[in-house]
Amino acid sequence: MELKEKLISSFVAFEEGLKGEHERLHDIRLEALKLFEEKGFPTKKEEAWKYTSLNSILKNDFSIIPKNETVVEYKEVKKYLLSDSDTYKLVFINGIFSSHLSSTTHDGLDVCLMSSALTKPKYKMIIDAHYNTCVDKNDSMTALNTAYATEGAFINIPKSKVVSKPIEIIYLSTTENQALLVQPRNLIIVGENAHVQILERHQSITECSVFTNSTTEIVAHKRAIVDFYKLQNDLDTGTLIDNTFIKQKQESRVSVHTFSFGGKLTRNNLNFYQEGERIDSTLKGITLIDGKQHVDHYTLVSHNQPNCESHQNYKGIYDDNSIGVFNGKIYVDKIAQKTDGFQQSNNVLLSDKAHIYAKPQLEIFADDVKCSHGCTIGQLNDEAMFYMRQRGIPKKEAKALLMYAFTDEVMQSVKIPELKTKVARVIAKKLGVSMGFEI
Amino acid sequence: MSKYTEEDLKKELETKEYEYGFYTDIESETFPIGLNEEVIKAISAKKEEPEWMTEWRLESFRIWQKMVEPEWANVKYEKPDFQAISYYSAPKKKDKYKSLDEVDPELLDTFNKLGISIEEQKRLSGVAMDIVMDSVSVATTFKETLAEKGIIFCSISEAIRNHPDLVKKYLGTVVPQTDNFYAALNSAVFSDGSFCYIPKGVRCPMELSTYFRINQAGTGQFERTLVIADEDSYVSYLEGCTAPSRDENQLHAAVVELIALDNAEIKYSTVQNWFPGDSSGKGGVFNFVTKRGLAEKNAKISWTQVETGSAVTWKYPSCILKGDNAIGEFYSIAVTNNFQQADTGTKMIHLGKNTRSTIISKGISAGKSQNSYRGLVQIGPRAENARNFSQCDSLLMGNECGAHTFPYIEAKNPTAQIEHEATTSKIGEDQIFYCNQRGIPTEKAIALIVNGFSKEVLNKLPMEFAVEAQKLLEISLEGSVG
Repeated sequence: MELKEKLISSFVAFEEGLKGEHERLHDIRLEALKLFEEKGFPTKKEEAWKYTSLNSILKNDFSIIPKNETVVEYKEVKKYLLSDSDTYKLVFINGIFSSHLSSTTHDGLDVCLMSSALTKPKYKMIIDAHYNTCVDKNDSMTALNTAYATEGAFINIPKSKVVSKPIEIIYLSTTENQALLVQPRNLIIVGENAHVQILERHQSITECSVFTNSTTEIVAHKRAIVDFYKLQNDLDTGTLIDNTFIKQKQESRVSVHTFSFGGKLTRNNLNFYQEGERIDSTLKGITLIDGKQHVDHYTLVSHNQPNCESHQNYKGIYDDNSIGVFNGKIYVDKIAQKTDGFQQSNNVLLSDKAHIYAKPQLEIFADDVKCSHGCTIGQLNDEAMFYMRQRGIPKKEAKALLMYAFTDEVMQSVKIPELKTKVARVIAKKLGVSMGFEI
Repeated sequence: MSKYTEEDLKKELETKEYEYGFYTDIESETFPIGLNEEVIKAISAKKEEPEWMTEWRLESFRIWQKMVEPEWANVKYEKPDFQAISYYSAPKKKDKYKSLDEVDPELLDTFNKLGISIEEQKRLSGVAMDIVMDSVSVATTFKETLAEKGIIFCSISEAIRNHPDLVKKYLGTVVPQTDNFYAALNSAVFSDGSFCYIPKGVRCPMELSTYFRINQAGTGQFERTLVIADEDSYVSYLEGCTAPSRDENQLHAAVVELIALDNAEIKYSTVQNWFPGDSSGKGGVFNFVTKRGLAEKNAKISWTQVETGSAVTWKYPSCILKGDNAIGEFYSIAVTNNFQQADTGTKMIHLGKNTRSTIISKGISAGKSQNSYRGLVQIGPRAENARNFSQCDSLLMGNECGAHTFPYIEAKNPTAQIEHEATTSKIGEDQIFYCNQRGIPTEKAIALIVNGFSKEVLNKLPMEFAVEAQKLLEISLEGSVG
């Protein structure tokens, strides 16, 4: 049976298994399933998926409803964490929350589970107000997530709260026998003047075929500051479709950094909706892939109000047979005067077989705006290579140095020092060098 | 200081009439409306075409019937009813004209109104012209002078009759019948157009030019242009278009094919000024054009276009850089006003080694118009050291218009170097203030800025056309550009 049919036919059984959810959720799920039934999985015929095909992945026989908790030793997980105690942690293994690895809180802020937010009466109001409100209701992958999602992170930061330590959300995959479809759902609400740093990490521990279709909604209220980091480092058997929707209110500042290093296929749909004045949105990313990996960044910044800014900066390095796609869109509504939208995508191709497809788009309906985009595709500078080798730096290290320099612009704006080190280490490992400055 | 503001300019733009909106009363012969195989056979018979051509048209028609109208472009319009159009309209005439004296004086008058007195041009600028009115070529000037050099410059129907080998060899090689909906339609029903062949090693001594005009109501214009530059040759080709004002939409679906063989160079310039519709968005020409050039080894193809007219423009002059070291260039100014919509850009397909391409596109939108740039830069796996530079700038006037950019970049070779830049801006208040301060009234200042904005492209036009292009910018935008 095809995955689509399987998903549609199993829905009734799946819903019966759920207990005590808020009543509105049933309608939300049903409506989403209907859209998915109508649209199905995206194909290359759709403009938004022109360069990315899911066909080879959909052939797998996925188990679609998560099973019981898998036990993973803390020491195995430890190396993927930022620190032992200085963070709030939400660890999910194969889509199931692992309580002994996590540290949640309700003390002054809520860092807990989506499943409890969807069932406990005290969260009903907040779920009613925000759940499924930011998403693009015409997107079939998001709809599929909405229909089936039960678990994920629920983070609610009240007004004027500055969260003292970063929050880590970690998705580990460990299954060995059966291919697994997991659909995490995160909802993050950041109140007025609040400040929070969040890291979301996707990591495979063992060889397994996991298809993650994740949806994250972030609501940033007035003057809130949100730093969101995504670290994607699955093994070559993992597929990740990440849909992130961010609704920003007046004077809020949200930045999202996406580090795509792993996975067979990664698709990042990152959508910013600006719903107030003087908003600042930042989208940055580093993509470093090889083998037969495929990373597709699809971004949208929707400027709906005047005097807002957006900054996009994506760096990509592609080796072997890897394929990179960048599709960035800046939309400026006719009332969004004085918008300052900037978008840049720089790419380096290291091998003959690597491909890159870029489509930076501008859609502008207001006249008093400053919007620009730049896109480059090129190689490492021969002269710089020569200069370094002349001074005794071996070719591999020289190449790595240049790539470090290339990605530095994005690394500079990472505000968690531990994370910076972690990312630098992953990059060093990927490049197969030990440079000394990644510690 | 004059109180001329952008508001005034906008008002002026809205009320500015289309200057070329006259209708010439020349008796013409028009086919009844509708399209079927009989009509195509009739067109073919009318043109005294050989059988292979009739077959080619019918084949295209069958392909066209299976195709659907494309909808991906960022334009909205009521789809033309292809059965409500007359596919052939020719000014009535007895014989082929030998000299200008034989041309209908009223027709000449039309050209005078257009500001292109043929005689004057003949004398002053040395431009050889082929004039196509309602899709039939009515006059080709300077034919004899060109013939001395071995250059063939005539209408395409004449070429089909007199040079069938060349036409047979190249027609449909760059834009095949199956290419797209409008190209297939054009291949089936094209009534005339220009044909040009430059022999080996010849540098065409003068600019070649075609002028298109839709005159008759309820007709579609489908012309076909084929330019072949043989090895080591050079030609500069100009094309201009106008149409009278009418309430209903007229359809224009042309195909232009350029073939530049080894070391040849073709420079193709267009000034398009079809009737854009009135200020309420009524009428205007639908301009659906397929233009493509094929560049062999060391060849160069350069497209320059000034797009000011048409209600809807759908046009992507492209270059296939097939040979090593081939060069493709695209310079464009697209101006939209009132309810005009333009979706235009280019495709640069890099196949050969060391191929280079440059794209400079300037979009100016005013009124309630929508202006889109859509482009593709594709570097094939074998195109070592390919280089591309693209720049798309948009200028917005007023907050009811839109500017859009859809660039596609596909690189399959690691040695490729691609740069793409795009900006959108309005005329800066500080820029205007600076001019005002120095005693330049706002109206002049705006003109100055618009002119400066489009200069990079205007500079690429041949002298004879640059003046006219500036004149067109005037009509489209305001009273005093230049």
